[in-house]
Amino acid sequence: MVSGITRDWLLSDSPASRSQAAWGRRYRLWLQFRRHGLAMAGLCVIVFVVVVSALAPVLATQNPGAQDLAARLAPPSAAHWLGTDELGRDLFSRLVYGGRITLGMVLAVVVLVAPFGLAVGCVAGYAGGIADKVLMRVTDIFLAFPRLVLALAFVAAMKPGVESAVFAIALTAWPPYARLARAETLTFRNTDFVAAVRLTGASASRIVLRHIAPLCLSSLIVRVTLDMSSIVLTAAGLGFLGMGAQPPSPEWGAMIASARRFLLDEWWVPTIPGLAIFVVSLAFNLLGDGLRDVLDPKQS
Amino acid sequence: MRASVRALAGAVVTVPITLLGLALVTFLIGRVMPIDPVLAILGDRAPEEVIARTRIEMGLDRPLPIQFFRYITQLMHGDLGNSVMTSHPVTEDIAHFFPATIELATTAMLIAMLIGIPLGVFAAVRQGSRLDNVVRVFCLTGQSVPVFVLAMLSLLVFYARLGWAPGTGRADVVFQDMVPENTGLLTVDSMIAGDWDSFRDALAHLAQPAGVLAWFSIAYIARMTRAFMLDALSGEYIITARAKGLSAARIIWRHAFGNIAVRLVTVLALTYAGLLEGAVITETVFSWPGLGQYLTVSLLNADMNAVLGATLVVGLVYVVLNLLADMIYRMLDPRVR
Repeated sequence: MVSGITRDWLLSDSPASRSQAAWGRRYRLWLQFRRHGLAMAGLCVIVFVVVVSALAPVLATQNPGAQDLAARLAPPSAAHWLGTDELGRDLFSRLVYGGRITLGMVLAVVVLVAPFGLAVGCVAGYAGGIADKVLMRVTDIFLAFPRLVLALAFVAAMKPGVESAVFAIALTAWPPYARLARAETLTFRNTDFVAAVRLTGASASRIVLRHIAPLCLSSLIVRVTLDMSSIVLTAAGLGFLGMGAQPPSPEWGAMIASARRFLLDEWWVPTIPGLAIFVVSLAFNLLGDGLRDVLDPKQS
Repeated sequence: MRASVRALAGAVVTVPITLLGLALVTFLIGRVMPIDPVLAILGDRAPEEVIARTRIEMGLDRPLPIQFFRYITQLMHGDLGNSVMTSHPVTEDIAHFFPATIELATTAMLIAMLIGIPLGVFAAVRQGSRLDNVVRVFCLTGQSVPVFVLAMLSLLVFYARLGWAPGTGRADVVFQDMVPENTGLLTVDSMIAGDWDSFRDALAHLAQPAGVLAWFSIAYIARMTRAFMLDALSGEYIITARAKGLSAARIIWRHAFGNIAVRLVTVLALTYAGLLEGAVITETVFSWPGLGQYLTVSLLNADMNAVLGATLVVGLVYVVLNLLADMIYRMLDPRVR
């Protein structure tokens, strides 16, 4: 079977099995996606950052926490590729380890938020009536808060740290997904295929889980990817304000906050982590734009 | 007009529910905090019976629904509690700090409109051209830069290296508290007082943070304007107008832009609400004494009354702006009526 996976097998007009049809469709989407230069660039950057973060212990030239006060605020050199910070810690190593924190936070938020938003939206859209009204009202209330401000208040009430920051961002990030999933569900609810499934005696939960939710996925993926960029920015913003990851941790926003006072003389110390945030955020935006063109053409 | 009356009636019902929800969220956040509010006021050396008495005085021994009812009653009276940090009522503090934020956000909004709208229009008119691509890339970078990094780099370049801009804060030390406060907007107040040196100083201090804050909205406004214009320019009435031999400028501005203006108003209202949020970080970097800085300083001092009060006020402004955008849209667009 493995040897059967060729270009022809994937692009076959008459797939012999469901999996062949599914993989063929994915392959065609990939071919379409590959034509977007900028989106491919975004994908490459993300893959690069993921690999670098995963291999951080191998790639880092020094321990990210090791202080060397004799070599504080050193400019980039052979020993310290990107220079050192105010405690003589190696900036390159901290940057590499910081990627783990940022990507970890993004992943945690998405894992918390996407299924929850999807569930709320699908249930509201499919059930209709009072359930729909109540769920959408709650969604609107959370949408009414500006994201960063609500996240700040929430983190302040809990304890500043990575976990609270993730939880706070998740709390403010789910409503758009619920809205989106509800809108999609409403378009499928009264279609013939759903009526047919219902006639065969499928339960409401089976219809939502097996037939409606999967159809909401493609627009959800686009939205999640575009959102990842703003999650990166919010996480860094919380870190910068001292409400996210706490100082010894090499989180990029926190690194900028502690290096802020050296801006005028040793400008690269706060600028380098800033650049890292920008590149990752831009990459998610580019990737999301490309995915939108491929997966959700009616949106673009 | 009947539909817009109905929309208004709908808003009259839904807005209070949303506001009540906002209050419930801030109330619950205030209750989950691990810091004991009684200990925060008295300190942990206070005798047992004083702590117990204060707890009863503050109503913290009551069931949560009753506490929430009390909280709402206080809110209705404009009472957000006292700030531990400034020892003033939070309402007074907010009234004192909010004008600076309004001044900053409004200036940013004006800059963003003046640059963003023409950028979007020209990008749409010359779709696929080099200008269009430049605008698209600019919009993407605008969405991807962390605001504090941009603010810091701007300080580095325009203040430290070039010396074009004054430093942080709202006015130089010499001009501080020189102008009688009328509106709370320093530029307007100094104009009213006829103190032109003070006005120039205030404007110079305003320009840099407002420019940084505007950057993000320029991207958003340009992107939305471009999308709306592309839609409008593909209309058949544009072909008709061309066939009649109207000039390009007249077609673009009078016919196409005239048709998207209503939709753009909604975008602008939402942008303004977003600027209030962006102001939190911008104000922190530029030491701009507005609501955002008040919020972050209170956060670092665990001054929960101030934090929740400021959060509630920003949420309220957000809801009202959203409502306004919706109503303007319904009133001006005949298709929704």
